[in-house]
Amino acid sequence: MAKRIIKAETVQITYREAIRKAICEAMHQDERVFLMGEDVGRYGGCYAVTKGLLKEFGPERIRDTPLSESGFTGAGIGAAIGGMRPIVELMTVNFSLLAMDQILNNAATIRHMSGNQFGVPLVIRMATGAGRQLAAQHSHSLEGWYAHIPGIKVLAPATLEDARGMLWTALDDPDPVLIFENVMLYNMEGELPANAGPVNIEKAAIRREGRDISLITYGGSLWKTLEAAEALAREGIKAEVIDLRTLRPLDDTTIIASVAKTRRAVIVDEGWRSGSLASEIVTRIVEQAFWRLDGPIARVCSEEVPIPYPQHLEQAAIPQAEKVVAAAKNLLSK
Amino acid sequence: MAEFRMPSLGADMEAGTLTDWLVKAGDTVQRGDIIAVVETQKGAIEIEVFQEGVVEDFLVQQGTRVPVGTPLAIIRGELEEAPTAKPTLEAEPVGRREEEPVRQAARPVVALRRTEGELRASPAARKLAEELSVDLSLVTGTGPGGAIVAADVESAAEAAGAPARLKRPKAAETQKAIAAAMEHAKREIPHYYLSTTINLEPAMNWLEKTNAARAVPERLIHGVLYIKAMAQTLRNFPELNGYWVEGEFRHSEAIHTSIAISLRGGGLVAPALHDADRKDLDTLMGEFRDLVMRARAGKLRSSELSDATITITSLGEEGVDSVFPIIYPPQVAIVGVGTVVKRPWQEDDNVSVSRVVTLSLAGDHRVSNGHRGALFLRALGELLQQPKAL
Repeated sequence: MAKRIIKAETVQITYREAIRKAICEAMHQDERVFLMGEDVGRYGGCYAVTKGLLKEFGPERIRDTPLSESGFTGAGIGAAIGGMRPIVELMTVNFSLLAMDQILNNAATIRHMSGNQFGVPLVIRMATGAGRQLAAQHSHSLEGWYAHIPGIKVLAPATLEDARGMLWTALDDPDPVLIFENVMLYNMEGELPANAGPVNIEKAAIRREGRDISLITYGGSLWKTLEAAEALAREGIKAEVIDLRTLRPLDDTTIIASVAKTRRAVIVDEGWRSGSLASEIVTRIVEQAFWRLDGPIARVCSEEVPIPYPQHLEQAAIPQAEKVVAAAKNLLSK
Repeated sequence: MAEFRMPSLGADMEAGTLTDWLVKAGDTVQRGDIIAVVETQKGAIEIEVFQEGVVEDFLVQQGTRVPVGTPLAIIRGELEEAPTAKPTLEAEPVGRREEEPVRQAARPVVALRRTEGELRASPAARKLAEELSVDLSLVTGTGPGGAIVAADVESAAEAAGAPARLKRPKAAETQKAIAAAMEHAKREIPHYYLSTTINLEPAMNWLEKTNAARAVPERLIHGVLYIKAMAQTLRNFPELNGYWVEGEFRHSEAIHTSIAISLRGGGLVAPALHDADRKDLDTLMGEFRDLVMRARAGKLRSSELSDATITITSLGEEGVDSVFPIIYPPQVAIVGVGTVVKRPWQEDDNVSVSRVVTLSLAGDHRVSNGHRGALFLRALGELLQQPKAL
């Protein structure tokens, strides 16, 4: 699945394992790095990402926390200001709202409030997205809300390569970085070079080239969008698929260059439609590429409902490849 | 007050350059006066005014290129008064007020163009059309709901020749205009074609006899017979005379016959002979000569280029038997004339050598059909065999 030309030895690996590997590597390379969150130690993480780490690194560096997102996120911010390189795991984006005060009012602002005396080199990882029948309090995609906030970076690794490589680059960043891991990707398995390492977090990636329409997406929706592109190709429509990778700051250059070429765009975003990241991308395209457009821009987003529990309703509520195909064909009048 | 506007000199014209004003502010103008010269793709055209009055003010300076419909000058009617105050409701006389007949300025605008509001084109298409000088109203959209997208403009520009970013020679401009019109015609008009060969011997004999008694400048050519016969026959076939505009046929009472004239150095214009059905052969001959001369000198008038209701084209000089012509939009029919040739001709069980000609008709099937077209061609053929009736 990783698109790199592979010469070196490759390993079979899951998305979950790729993140674990990245955490291990960071722990080994920099003793200031430590991990904390709910059930990350003894239980091994609610998505089993941190399984085995307690044994390897001990309770000093793999810390189980109380159910107190605001408290331990704040502790992470303090540790980062104090010179550590904490990785805070929040169980899901829904629970992260308890820590939103810490993230917005402290993490994102302290460099500004302190007149550049303090920075917060904190990394917060959290799970996002629907599809596991965890109902309306565990399944939302609120990364777009965080992408609204100046002072932080927001990443959405969708590939094994990015799951493996984004963490180190994030830890290296002098400011807070939030990493959103889509729950449907944890079991995704594929080949990754044994020597895979850090990746850039500035550029969006073109995962499939095409000239007829740009499909712009990120995270868990990337694979549905690629599936849609494949279906469109069977009907002679060459879709270009952009994986945003970084939701803040957005890589306008890649987006605009693609849309200027294809003249049409569909944004696929598991967030709700109104006031969404998808809205922001549409606006940027209209602002920067209006005269290159051959039609309106379409969005495939989640239905504006709490994500339902029953599987058929849950699946109906979120973007699917068929919806992307229909939106694209509608724009192309096919 | 009336506005004198940049006329549309054909379906393919989007803009024109006002090169000369031939009147001054304060001059009195009559209906039909030539008051300006406009440079178009078809060359310099003298523009007639259709209002009477005094030239009040010029709104566009010489040398300016403006879109069709742009007011060029204000013309004040001679009897025009300052607008009076609107009567109050109390002052309104009870009962139906006689509507004052609105004196509408007849403008030589062929209303083929869709109005801006109806035209659906993407931003990319609009920008490209501007860059490539493509008239969006002539482009068929393939986007959602028939919207024009960039690719449509590209193919229209390709069909009309290379991108017009550079100033091109006039012949190429003319060809581009023809290309746009012909492309439009072939794309939108469902043509049907009919042809028939007629014995021209009686007409040629009559013509030779008539011309023998005349000085060279007064002699008639057989082309004028076709024009007159066609115009006269058309009176009984209203569905062949008029325009297809905005999705419907508009019949024209007047029969303005456009004549395809090939220009030296390439190109083609089709100016109109007005009211061809009501003029005798001598008048038509004079006007025909004048028209050909002015067409080749690039001195046609605006009305001649915009109000033709049908076209006739002859390839008689080129030696081909027949022509299957393309309708010039928004017209709905075109008549073709081939070369007069000697052929064995059978009549009443006798075969003799006769001069014959093949007439053809291309009709717009949205308006007429092969049955009516056939009746028209037959009637035209019969009339041509009775030249005295012309």
